[in-house]
Formats: sequence, structure tokens, C-alpha cells
Amino acid sequence: MAQPEQSSPAPAPKAPLSFQDLILTLQRYWASKGCVILQPYDMEMGAGTFHPATTLRSLGPKPWSAAYVQPCRRPKDGRYGENPNRLQHYYQFQVVLKPSPQNIQQLYLESLAAIGIDLLNHDVRFVEDDWESPTLGAWGLGWEVWCDGMEVSQFTYFQQVGGFDCEPVTGELTYGLERLAMYVQGVDRVYDLDFNGGEGDSRVKYGDVFLQAEQEYSRYDFEYADTKLLFNQFRDAETECKALLEKGENGSRHEMVLPAYDQCIKASHIFNLLDARGVISVTERQGYILKVRDLAKACCAAWLKTEAGGA
Amino acid sequence: MSGELLLELFSEEIPARMQAAAERELARLLEDGLKQAGLEVGAVKSCSTPRRLTAVIEGVPVASPNVSEERKGPRVGAPEKALEGFLKSAGLSSIDEAEIQSDKKGEFYVANIEREGRPTPVIVAEVVPVIVNNFPWPKSMRWGAGKLRWVRPLHSVLCLFNGEVIPFEIDGLISGGETRGHRFLAPEPFAVKDFADYEKKLRAAKVILDTEERRDVIRSRAKALCEAEGLSLIEDEALIAENAGLTEWPVPLMGSFDESFLDVPPEVLATTMKAHQKCFSVTAPDGKLANRFVLVSNLEAKDGGKAITAGNERVIRARLADAKFFFDQDRKIALENATPRLKDIVFHEKLGTQYDRIQRIRKLAVELAKLIGADTEDSERAAMLCKADLVSEMVGEFPELQGIMGRYYALEEGEHPDVADAIAAHYKPMGPSDAVPEDSVSIAVALSDKLDMLVGFWAIDEKPTGSKDPFALRRAALGVIRIVLENGLRLPLMKTLSIVMAGLDPAIHGLDGKEEETEKNLLGFFADRLKVYLRDQGARHDLIDAVFSLPGQDDLLMIVRRVEALGKFLETEDGANLLIGAKRANNILRIEEKKDGTRYDGAPDPALFGMEEEVALAEELDAAEPLIASAIEHEDFEAVMGALAKLRGPVDAFFDRVTVNADDPLLRVNRLKLLNRIRAATHTVADFSKIEG
Repeated sequence: MAQPEQSSPAPAPKAPLSFQDLILTLQRYWASKGCVILQPYDMEMGAGTFHPATTLRSLGPKPWSAAYVQPCRRPKDGRYGENPNRLQHYYQFQVVLKPSPQNIQQLYLESLAAIGIDLLNHDVRFVEDDWESPTLGAWGLGWEVWCDGMEVSQFTYFQQVGGFDCEPVTGELTYGLERLAMYVQGVDRVYDLDFNGGEGDSRVKYGDVFLQAEQEYSRYDFEYADTKLLFNQFRDAETECKALLEKGENGSRHEMVLPAYDQCIKASHIFNLLDARGVISVTERQGYILKVRDLAKACCAAWLKTEAGGA
Repeated sequence: MSGELLLELFSEEIPARMQAAAERELARLLEDGLKQAGLEVGAVKSCSTPRRLTAVIEGVPVASPNVSEERKGPRVGAPEKALEGFLKSAGLSSIDEAEIQSDKKGEFYVANIEREGRPTPVIVAEVVPVIVNNFPWPKSMRWGAGKLRWVRPLHSVLCLFNGEVIPFEIDGLISGGETRGHRFLAPEPFAVKDFADYEKKLRAAKVILDTEERRDVIRSRAKALCEAEGLSLIEDEALIAENAGLTEWPVPLMGSFDESFLDVPPEVLATTMKAHQKCFSVTAPDGKLANRFVLVSNLEAKDGGKAITAGNERVIRARLADAKFFFDQDRKIALENATPRLKDIVFHEKLGTQYDRIQRIRKLAVELAKLIGADTEDSERAAMLCKADLVSEMVGEFPELQGIMGRYYALEEGEHPDVADAIAAHYKPMGPSDAVPEDSVSIAVALSDKLDMLVGFWAIDEKPTGSKDPFALRRAALGVIRIVLENGLRLPLMKTLSIVMAGLDPAIHGLDGKEEETEKNLLGFFADRLKVYLRDQGARHDLIDAVFSLPGQDDLLMIVRRVEALGKFLETEDGANLLIGAKRANNILRIEEKKDGTRYDGAPDPALFGMEEEVALAEELDAAEPLIASAIEHEDFEAVMGALAKLRGPVDAFFDRVTVNADDPLLRVNRLKLLNRIRAATHTVADFSKIEG
């Protein structure tokens, strides 16, 4: 097993990494460990786990290693750009390794060293945190990873997705990129993050890129999103997902899982928007979550009837 | 010959809260497993750190003893199936290997089983994999492509007997003689000889094996850090334990935060630091919170902990800023204006929302305030506001601050201090060691909250059963009992429950005429809880039963007073003797009344008293009865017992000399009627027939 950084001393970067260098470093690091580096999925989703490269690929017997950045939309977390660390749109860096390798913790720790965290000066801890996604019918055991008391990653061994056992088990590592960058750069307000590492006039801050978006989307999420339209869109996505699952059946195989799953992702995001608009009552809420879960489960079942799902 | 068995199960980080139970389970399973395999072993010592579970046993024999056993089998000529089963269980290959013996019923087979002892390593190699495969973790998982389940991935198994590795395999994992030290400070694997060597080398590799020692280190160093600055640590044993479960090499460090955060209530600061960051709060000499905290790192850092402290300070700052933000936001909305939002919080599907609840609690608080003499207006106001903080940002973030935040917000809004205090105190007592509310307004609201819950869940038939009590109704009932008793309140339960029931919304949960049944059932529940409570206080359960047997016992305080007075009385000689006499009277009456199918409860005729003992007893009863009646009326149970004590002599004399079942039927009936007066007199305090002794 590889040892932490003191036995293979990589020179720590002098200046802290910019936001984009942090991403590039993580991508290079995980590419060197054999991961497929994917680009973000082109749909709105609440977490990188929703990406088919995690949800669907974690099912079935085939090995799979991938890493990607995923923009996450959490309409409820919008704060009109006024909160120093809450955003309705932020980035996750997601790594999935199937089967989870024996040295996965070590690989993860070396990735922290790669972005400039000296493991002999910082207190890195694995603190119990079990993960469950009611909308995906998924759960796993693992930890949140603390660096000097700051949660910098989520580390999960998937046990079930869509109600199906994960065999073999996928190890999932999720880095909250803004949080990690704030930590590495020593910044207290997300909008002050150095985005590009430029000097003087060419320096771009996170706020230059995203502050306006946070303000505009907060207005949309909380005040202006047309809820009637959204209710219709939810129904449409649900109907289409079911229809595609039915039309894709071909004997023991399935031929249209991915388009169907897109509709499931869509339904999930629309539900989040409706939730942020405060038009879903407490009792209805559970009903909507169950509807999305049913779609996710049906997609997972169909995935297991495809080539990539090991059928 | 014996030796030391050492076992270490080395894994990824075990959740802190599971370590203590895992230690116990490992010790138990190992001891049981080895004993079942015929190895007599002594006590198992077990230890844990976040990454390892270790057990050691001294004086383990090198082999299990030889055993010879004679096992009786089926009769000669028994069916084939029975013979087969016998051969299998006795380990014989043919029935010719069995001996034939006979008894008076005929001949039967006997197997002489000689089991040779087996070497300990062979036994251990069988027992340990079974333990690992069936370990009772609260939650376990699979990893990689394997089938094994453990709390988190299991990396290595160290198993030594007298310094030699015991080889075995668990789902591809081969046991060995090596372990590892601290994840960052000493990651290289190393071999060990025995437990002493193991513990020593681990310490050198920056791992303190013993949980208790890690706790001591945390406690003493954290205190020392505070004392060096003239401050004091708020010792929190649960937090110490949690930190000991998160570290192999605990290093407490002190950090600080901006003084301006001290404007936020101390409970908020302490909860924020504890719940999110597992940090300790610190107080200044004046007892107030200081702008310091103690964190426990798992690293002796190169820079002495500077970077770690700075990092934690930044996180704490952000957390406290969040808390302050919540606090400021919450204070923009008056509690009263927040209450309509309680309509969104469903308390229970069938019992409506929290808003529905406060409407009921309000009415109830007014009625209870009248009963206990609390200010009705303040009680109603407090009841109306008592749940409002459930929709605050702060309680949304920290549910454990419910009530506490409401109190702060109420004070800020200029509510009467009694109203504000009641908002915080109405949840009390939260557990058996929590204090009960003492102010009358707090009491009125606390009782209303609990009684509404109890009656509500009874009405929808969601009573606790066995070990299941999801709504903590036993705690609620015990809360009512403690509030009433510890405050010396007179609260007739029947009447109170009727008031609560009248306040239920028939649209939500109509009782449909089941009021009486529900009330009776709930009263029985209170009786059971009171018994449990009094038993815990050391009262005799038979005395409680004896008092409860009297009709109409629904005044908790009076029940307890009776039990106390009765207990004291029975400890006196007069009491103990009167009890014998009263029980005798009870027994005779029970038997004779049953025989005659009647009750002898009429007055005896003095003209029929033929013996002086009868006259004396009747006279004493004549004197005692009005005294008892008056003492009962004044609820002076000591005086009742005093009056009863005087009966002892005449009762004893009566039983010594007088034959109750006299030949003359008139005499007999008259004497039974006299006995009934003894029964009646004692029955004013308790049913003496239920008392043991």
C-alpha cells in the first residue's frame, strides 16, 4: 500500500491553488489512478450522485472508475448571493471506483496531498456519516472527511442503489469544491475565491463568475418560477419516463434506459424547484419523493437488463 | 500449560458510538466461542480505537481436554432413520461400533465417544472466523468485490498464541502477526510478540490502545489548557467519550473566537461548537462563557498544532456566524406572529398540526392553572407561544434548543418572565435526572403539554406496547407524576383527564363514547408508572398495590402520602401486629362470607357481646372510628395510623380469647360483624389483605 506524503515527498505548491487549478489537479490525479475523466452531465441535478455515471454504473458486475465535476442545483439553498457559503448552484468533484479498491482511503488522502494539504500539519479525520438518498432508493455507509474540523468530502461505500444490492461495491468520493477551495485558499466568503489564479486585472474571482447568477436564480427559485408550469412539467417528465421504460422493453433486454433516466433526473429537479417555491405541503412532500423513487428504481431495474448493466 | 491469546481486527474508521459495545461483544463472543469448543478460558480483556478492535486472554490452555462420553442411542431394531441419526450425531461409521446394553424394556445401542482434545490454535482458527462473520454490529457493510460484512472495510487480522501466528482465512483475508500504528504518524506495519509488546509498540507508533486512557488524556490536557489561561473547561463526559472514539493519539488544542459572538445565548454557542465541531466550551472566572474552545485533534503536528487550530477557528467562526445570523433573523419575527406557521408542522397525522396542539394546550393550561392556582392569563399566553420556536431558524438547525430559544425570544419581546420561563420549562422533565418545573405557570403549561399528548395518543390508540414507545409516552406520564409529587400538587386525575378529553376535536379524533374506557385505561397506565416510580424510590410494591386497591384513588399526592404513612406504621410493633390481626380478620371474613354468600357489614349488636374482649374491642372501635374519619378528612395519615395503633391490643386480645365461629349462629354472625369493623377501619387507608407479611 502506498504511504502518505512524508514517504514520497511531493513538493507542496507554493501559492494555494486557484479554483480551476484545484479542479485540474484533482482531474489529473484521478486520471493517473485509472479513472475515466468525464465532463458534467448536461442536466440540472441536486448532486453528482444523480449522474448516470454514478447511479446507473454503480449497478451490475462490471468494473468502473470515473471522475467528473458536476454542477449541483439546490434551489432551496439560494441566498441571493448574501450568505458567505450557501449557494443554489455549486460544484462537486465526484469519484466513483468499482469495485472499491483496498487502498481507497489512501488514494483519497494522497489526492488531498496533491492539492497542497500537508497531512502532517492538518488533522484529517473520518467521522461517521451514513448516506441515504430517499429519491434514489440508495444508501451506503461511510464518513464525512474532516480537515481541521471542516467537512471537505463525503466518502461512501454504496450498498444499494434503486433498491438493488451493489455487487461489487462502488466507493464514492465527493469533494465539495467551493468549500475545499475556501479551505485551501484561506477565504471566508465563497465569492472571494480566486477562480483563475490570474494577477492584477486578469484575476477573476468566484463572485465575478457566479454572484449575478446566484441573485437571479434565487429570485427565480423563490419568487418567480411558474409553479403551474412546473407541476405540469413534473407530470410530463413522470409520464415520459414511464412511457420510455415501457417502450424500451425488448424481451429480457432494455434498450432505452438512459433517455428514461433523464426524465427521472428532470422530475427530481422540478420537485426541488417546487419545494423551494413552498407549494408542496409536508404531507405531499413524501408523496413526490416516492414518485421520483419509483422512477429511479424502475430505471435501475431496466439498467440491469442492458449491456453496461451486465446483462 | 497455558499461554496468551491476542487478537486484533484492524479496519477503517469504526464509528465512535459503536466502539464500546463492540469491545464488549468481542469479549463475550470470544469467551463463549472458546468455551463451547471445550477450552476453559478466563476473563477476556478487550480494547478499541477508531481503527482496531483488540482482545487478549491470559492463561489459555494449549489444548482442549480429552473427553469421553457415553451416549445412549435407539433401541435395537429401531427404524433405519433413527439409527442413521444416531450414527451421525455420535460420529460412528457403522452400528457395529456401538455397544449394546439392556434395561428392563430391552436392548439398546450405546456409543462410547472418545473425543480427543484439540490444540488451541486449531480451535481459535475455527472460532474467530465465525465471530467475524456474525459480529453484531448495529450496521454493517460489504466493500470491494467481497462478501464479508464488517462495520467498515476490515484490513488485517492479527492473531497470536504464545507469540506464534494462528493461521486462518476470512473471505480472502489471511491472519498474521503484524499491525499498524497511527495513520499519519507511524503508518508502517510492524510485528508484535505478545500483548505487552503490542501495547508498547503501538504507543511508540502514536496509538493509545486503552479507551479510558485516551479519555483521561483528553480530560486532563483540556483542563490544563484552560487552567493555564485562568479559565475552566465545561466537562462533558459524552463529548470526551466521543472524542476518544475519534482519535488514536488525542491532542487537545485551544482556539478562540471573536468576543462579539458572546452576545448570542451561551446555549447556542455551546451547542454549535459541540454538535457540529465536537469542541468543548470554556468558561471565564465569572462563570460566563469565554471566547475560547477546546478541540481534540488526532495529530501531534509538525507545527505544534498552529495550522489545525487556525483551521478549526475558521470553521467555528463560520458556524457561529451562521448561528448569529439565525438568531438575528429569528428575532425579526415576533413569536406570536410565528405561530401560524405551526400549521405546516404535522404533529401526528391523526392528531393534527402543532398549531392544533397549541389551541388545545391553551384551553387546557387555563383550566389547569385554575386547579393549581397559577395565573390563568400568563398560563394561556405561555401555552400559546410555547411551540413557536419550532419554526425558528435556530431550532430548525438545532432541535435540542427547542424551548430554550423560545424563552430568549420571549424575554426580548418583553413577555412576562414567568411566560418566558414556561416556554423553556414546559418540556421538562426531559429525563429521570432532569429537574421538574417549579413555577406555577411553567407547571400549568408543562402538564397541559404532556396530558394533551397522553390523552391524544390514547384516543387514537397509539399506546406504548412492550419495549415500543415511539412517542415517549411513558416519559410523559412519569413527567406528570414527578411534577405533581415534587411540587406537592393536588391534581385529581379523573377530573383532569375529563377536561383534557373534552378539549379534543371530535373532527380529528372523536372518542365516540369511548371516553370512560379511555379514561380508565389511562388511569391504569398512570398507576403502573407511579408504581415503577415509587419502586425506584424504594417503596414496597405491595403497599402501593394495597393503596391502589381502594376505590377512587386518583390523587397521586395522596396515594403517595398513604403509602409513606403505611410503610412507617408497619415498621412499628403495633403496626406489624395490627397487620396480623387485620389480615386474620380479613381471611376469616373472606372464607365465611363466601361460605354464607353474604357480606357481614351490618353493625354488631352490643347485647350479644358475651365476653369482655368483645366489649373492649367494640369500645376501642367506637373511639377510633370518628378519629380515623376525621383524620382521613384532614388527610392526616399519620393520625390515622395513630388511631389504628390503639386497636392493636384489643384486636390481639380478641383473637386470643374469642372463638369467632361459635356454635350459636347468632353469636357467630355478631362476631363476624365485629371483625368487619376491623376490616372497615383499616380499609380507610389500604386494603390490608394485599400487604405481604
